[in-house]
Amino acid sequence: MNIQMMFMQLVKGMGSSIEIFILTLLFALPLGLILSFGRMSHKSLVQVISKFYISVMRGTPLMLQLIVVYFAPYYVFKIQISSGYRFTAVIIAFVLNYAAYFAEIYRAGIESIPVGQYEAAKVLGYSRAQTFVKIILPQVIKRILPPVTNETITLVKDTSLAFVLAEAEMFTIAKQIAARETSIMPLMAAGVFYYVFNLAVAGFMEYLERRLNYYR
Amino acid sequence: MNLLEINHMKKSFDGVEILKDISLAVREGEVVSVIGPSGSGKSTLLRCAAMLEKMDGGELKYLGERAAWEEGGRCVYADKRKLKEIHKHFGLVFQSFHLFPHYSVMKNIIDAPVSVDKVPRKEAEERAVRLLAQLGLEDKKDAYPYQLSGGQKQRVSIARALALQPRILFFDEPTSALDPELTGEVLKVIRELAKQHMTMIIVTHEMQFARELSDRIIFMEQGLIRQQGTPREIFESPNDRVREFIGRLTS
Repeated sequence: MNIQMMFMQLVKGMGSSIEIFILTLLFALPLGLILSFGRMSHKSLVQVISKFYISVMRGTPLMLQLIVVYFAPYYVFKIQISSGYRFTAVIIAFVLNYAAYFAEIYRAGIESIPVGQYEAAKVLGYSRAQTFVKIILPQVIKRILPPVTNETITLVKDTSLAFVLAEAEMFTIAKQIAARETSIMPLMAAGVFYYVFNLAVAGFMEYLERRLNYYR
Repeated sequence: MNLLEINHMKKSFDGVEILKDISLAVREGEVVSVIGPSGSGKSTLLRCAAMLEKMDGGELKYLGERAAWEEGGRCVYADKRKLKEIHKHFGLVFQSFHLFPHYSVMKNIIDAPVSVDKVPRKEAEERAVRLLAQLGLEDKKDAYPYQLSGGQKQRVSIARALALQPRILFFDEPTSALDPELTGEVLKVIRELAKQHMTMIIVTHEMQFARELSDRIIFMEQGLIRQQGTPREIFESPNDRVREFIGRLTS
C-alpha cells in the first residue's frame, strides 16, 4: 500500500471525525441550554428529572453510552440494526452526553448574572423572553466561553471513542492501517491531526473571546 | 390627581414584617423623600411600588388605576396587559445602577424605548441625545459602562429611566454607592429634575439634600410611617426619635 492511498484513507477518516464534531456541537449546544432551563426549573419534578439525567450522563463512560445507544434498538425492541444507524447512533450518544456537560456550564453562567440585571430589565418593561435574549444570554456567552472551549477541545479528542462502534473516523482508520502495515506512522498522523484540529479550535475560541472583550 | 396611591401596603419576608401598614399618595409634580434607619422598609416600599416585590396586602394604584388590591385576604395583581400599561407610568433608579454592561451608553438608553415601547429608532436616538446633553454626558454616548465613573453610571441610569418618559420616578438610595465627590453630580441632576417638576420619590440618607428639594419628607421606622410633613416640620419635629435620627446624619 503506498503512502498516497494511506493518506487518502486517513483524510476520509478525518472528514468523519470533523462531521461528528460539528454535528455534536450543533445539537448539543442548544439542547444543553434547554436542559439547563430544566435543571433550574422551579417545578421540582422537571428539576429532579434534569438533575438525574445530567448525573447519569456525566457519571457513566461515554464509551458505554455509545454502545448502549447503538445496541438498544436490538436488545430492547428487537429491531434489526441497519448499517446506516451506526453514524446516527454515534451522533445521538455524543449529543446526549455533551448536552449534559453544556447544561451545567450554561447554568453556572446564567446563575452568575447579577439579579440586578433582571430587575433593571423588568422595570424597563422588557418581557421575560426579551430579558433573556437581549440582556442575559449575551453576558452568559461571554462568561462561559472559557469552559466551553475546554469541553470543545475534549470533544475533538472524544470523537475517537466512536471506534467502539467501528465508525470509520480518524482513530479507527489509523488503527486499522497501523495494524495492517505494522507501522506506527498512521497513529502518529492521527495524533498530529487531533493536535492541529485542537489548535484551530483553541485559536477560534480565543478569537471569539477577543471579539467579546469590548466590554467588561 | 394622585399619580401614585398606596393603601395599607404590607410585606413580609420569611415571616418578618418589613412593611406593616403603609399608606401614601403622591400628587403630580411632588417630590417626596423617604428617610429612616436601615431596615425600616424604605427600599422595600419602593420595590413593592415598582412591582419588583409582590406585596402581601393592601392596594397599589397608578393614576387611579388599580395595579394590585386585596381580595379574600390575598393580594391580587391586575392582568398582564393592564400591568404592562401601568409599568409605563413609573421608572426606578437603583442604588448600584444596573446598567447593561454589553450595551453602549446610547444603546442602554434607547433599547427599552425601541424594543419595548416601539418608538422609532431615530426618535429614540434624538431623545437620548437630548437627555445626555441635559445630564452633561454628551461625549459619553459611545462609551461602555465599565469606562464610566460611578457618578456617570448613575446619570446614565437616570437617562435610561427618563427615556421611557415615566410620569413618576423612584430613586432607591441613588448616591449610596458613590463617594462624596461623585454624589454631588448625581444630586445636581436630581435637583434639575425637581425644577422641571418631575414627580419623584427618593429614598435617601442625604439629609440636607432632602431638606432643600422635597415638598414632603417621610420618616419611616420599623415598617411604619412615623411622621411625614414639609422639610421644616420634619427637621423641627417634636418627635425625639426623628430629631435624633436627623441630627446624627446631618452633623
